[in-house]
Amino acid sequence: MNKNRPVNLELGTLKFPPMAIASILHRISGIVIFLLLPLMLYFLEQSLISKQNYQALLGVLAMPLIKLVIWGFLAATIYHLFAGIRHIIMDFGVGETVEAGRMSSIIVIVAAVVAILLLGVWIW
Amino acid sequence: MVTNVTSLTGNGLRDWLVQRITAIYIGVYVLFLLGYLIISPSINFTQWHHLFSCLWMQVASIIAIFSILLHAWVGIWTVTTDYIKATKLRIIIQSLVLLYLSSLFVWGIHIFWGA
Repeated sequence: MNKNRPVNLELGTLKFPPMAIASILHRISGIVIFLLLPLMLYFLEQSLISKQNYQALLGVLAMPLIKLVIWGFLAATIYHLFAGIRHIIMDFGVGETVEAGRMSSIIVIVAAVVAILLLGVWIW
Repeated sequence: MVTNVTSLTGNGLRDWLVQRITAIYIGVYVLFLLGYLIISPSINFTQWHHLFSCLWMQVASIIAIFSILLHAWVGIWTVTTDYIKATKLRIIIQSLVLLYLSSLFVWGIHIFWGA
């Protein structure tokens, strides 16, 4: 192999179009949901076992760090949902051009940011 | 035909379809649950427990956790296949992911059926 071949791994020179950002966020949000599932199932279990566990859980959920984790989980869920809806619309053959893909990526990211902020207001 | 031994169905088109169908089911379930919580801000244990003890909700929830098992398997399989190039390591990680997801599924059944 030619050792002098051009190598371009300068992150600052790589371009990330909105479609690439929407795509990688879809993957990252999926992994976040995947990793937080046991904690969420644990909370759900505690909320259903008994009234005492339910009350104790309310105390845990009021802790700032736990609230932040819940918000993170909901943020990942909302983003994953919105990006997934975009995917399925494109599967039906709608908006498959480069320009439409760019536009829908921006819409998904902006809509998700708005929804995530509203969820934050709802939690706090 | 190219098949893959570690993917959910061993067939890309079938994996793709399973991922979409489960996505729609989970999406509807999550929106229902989120909507329910948003419209009932002063919810208490009795109401919450009542919702999850209805047979239709138990069935819907168990189908949801089953859908999550299938959906996450396809999704995590895709991501690990893309990024982990060492075959032995990838198979080990994918096996652990399957064990993890199966455990969550069985635990989920226990939670929902017992509610």
